[in-house]
Amino acid sequence: MVSVKSIINQAIHREERSHEADHPSSPVAKFGADQPLPLDCGIDLTPFQIAYQTYGELNAERSNAILVCHALTGDQHVANVHPVTGKPGWWETMVGPGRPLDPDRYYIICANVIGGCMGSTGPASVNPATGKLWGLDFPIITIPDMVRAQAMLLDRLGIDTLFCVVGGSMGGMQVLQWTAAYPERVFSALPIACSTRHSAQNIAFHELGRQAVMADPDWRGGRYGDQGTHPHRGLAVARMAGHITYLSDAALHRKFGRRMQDRDLPTFSFDADFQVESYLRYQGSSFVERFDANSYLYLTRAMDYFDIAADHNGALARAFRGIKTRFCVVSFTSDWLFPTSESRALVHALNASSARVSFAEIETDRGHDAFLLDVPEFFDISRAFLQSAGKARGLGD
Amino acid sequence: MALQDQTLPLPGITPHRSGNYRSDHLLVAEMVERGSKVLDVGCGDGDLLQLLESRGIDGRGIELSREGVNRCVAKGLAVVQGDADTDLVNYPDDAFDYVILSQTLQATRQPKAVLENLLRIGRRAIVSFPNFGFWKMRLQLLVGGHMPRTENLPATWYDTPNIHFCTIKDFVQLCDEIGVKMERAVALDNFGRPVPLNLPWWFWNMFGEQGVFLLSRAGKER
Repeated sequence: MVSVKSIINQAIHREERSHEADHPSSPVAKFGADQPLPLDCGIDLTPFQIAYQTYGELNAERSNAILVCHALTGDQHVANVHPVTGKPGWWETMVGPGRPLDPDRYYIICANVIGGCMGSTGPASVNPATGKLWGLDFPIITIPDMVRAQAMLLDRLGIDTLFCVVGGSMGGMQVLQWTAAYPERVFSALPIACSTRHSAQNIAFHELGRQAVMADPDWRGGRYGDQGTHPHRGLAVARMAGHITYLSDAALHRKFGRRMQDRDLPTFSFDADFQVESYLRYQGSSFVERFDANSYLYLTRAMDYFDIAADHNGALARAFRGIKTRFCVVSFTSDWLFPTSESRALVHALNASSARVSFAEIETDRGHDAFLLDVPEFFDISRAFLQSAGKARGLGD
Repeated sequence: MALQDQTLPLPGITPHRSGNYRSDHLLVAEMVERGSKVLDVGCGDGDLLQLLESRGIDGRGIELSREGVNRCVAKGLAVVQGDADTDLVNYPDDAFDYVILSQTLQATRQPKAVLENLLRIGRRAIVSFPNFGFWKMRLQLLVGGHMPRTENLPATWYDTPNIHFCTIKDFVQLCDEIGVKMERAVALDNFGRPVPLNLPWWFWNMFGEQGVFLLSRAGKER
């Protein structure tokens, strides 16, 4: 199964990835001992750095900045070729000339989250106190920690108020956290396919993924980086399980059905007879080339802990009381990871706060992943929302 | 009951613009004070909301159909998918200056509860509905012996979303029953023109194709 070529490839990618973790090929903001990041777990993280990417120009009024928040396995490379995989940016359907997030109109920023592995400080970075990789010594981080770090980055960039914060899934959680923590800094918000809290089912799937990583002997208690291994089998299994949750029964049936992979008859073995198996294996193996296993543990944990209502005495509406931010909440009919009911609960809370909110549920069979795919109705709605918010913001046409 | 006269076209809307809007929408828009905050329940494609926003009114909408919602949001309107029967309870008291229920009352499961909610959420409510006492309706039932269908209500009895039809007279009775004050009432005829005012209720009930009512809480101000 495992060819020499794939072993060499993995070694090369591991090299590139670990280089990116400390020396990203995108701009990076470094925060020294005078500017620690206070984490929810009680630790002040210092020093730390945030790797980010920008597209377009900030206008003279500094009023056209949009922050894109990436999802669990995303990074700052929204609309440029990925430095490790060489593939296009993860949201080129949404961000780019003529797209809803058009760099000709807006100044678009995306930062790798704290705890990530593409240049922002995380478990794959070197701990300056020891000279070794952080690994599991890295403190547990939360969604509010990620947002706090992004706010520090914006301070550094001289941006006081964001025209819009946009993101799907874990990115959507950050959008909501932005509006709850810094309502006066967010003119409009576009949370997509997300929730104000991670559900028990979602925590369960994340636990499955983490256990798969930790069960891999190459994980070495999280110290694989120092020992020249990487738990790619465990991480691939975690990705395979996760990937199923991003799709839907209907989408899987439409794409693969029960069709066989390069054969007409079953082999009576555990080889990947079915196309869907082959697809999942590919998803798993390509993911491990670009992602750090410990980072996966930390980021899934951050999502699990997310619960805005709990941070406001159990009342979600209290989190958004008196908020002036304009919201456009988007969900997808076949998304069972962050179902429409979760978005509806958010909308009810926003209504109770008399916030200006739009809520659209898009019909698609493509599941949670739909926000990353070419879904014209979703783009139309995003574009119109940004245009009407832009008018209110005085951005002109 | 003191009723005031209406004339079209309405102040603030130039005649050539008014041609693009439904006359009942123009009438509703004229009832809303500028600068106020409005919730349109059952906002459809958002035509009324657009008219309101063009007049400097902060408008929000609820719409049951996903297609309607998405068309509204694509127009840049603040509209959420929701059901008048179940979702109005989520809005706090006095959240809006006006809550509008345009041609939707007859499609709700519990019109009375909906009406009560409108006047809890909004200080005022504007309700318009097709008058089932309209002479054409009566004639079809009396002479034709079948459930009435008109240009504005073309659905057959078995596929209509309208499950709680009422007449202007019925609605006035309901308002009295739940202690709602009628500030203004207008009946629009077949051509969307206001039925002359100095005529008795039975005439309205016969010749008004639809009723438009501006309501407020009577004597139980919170």
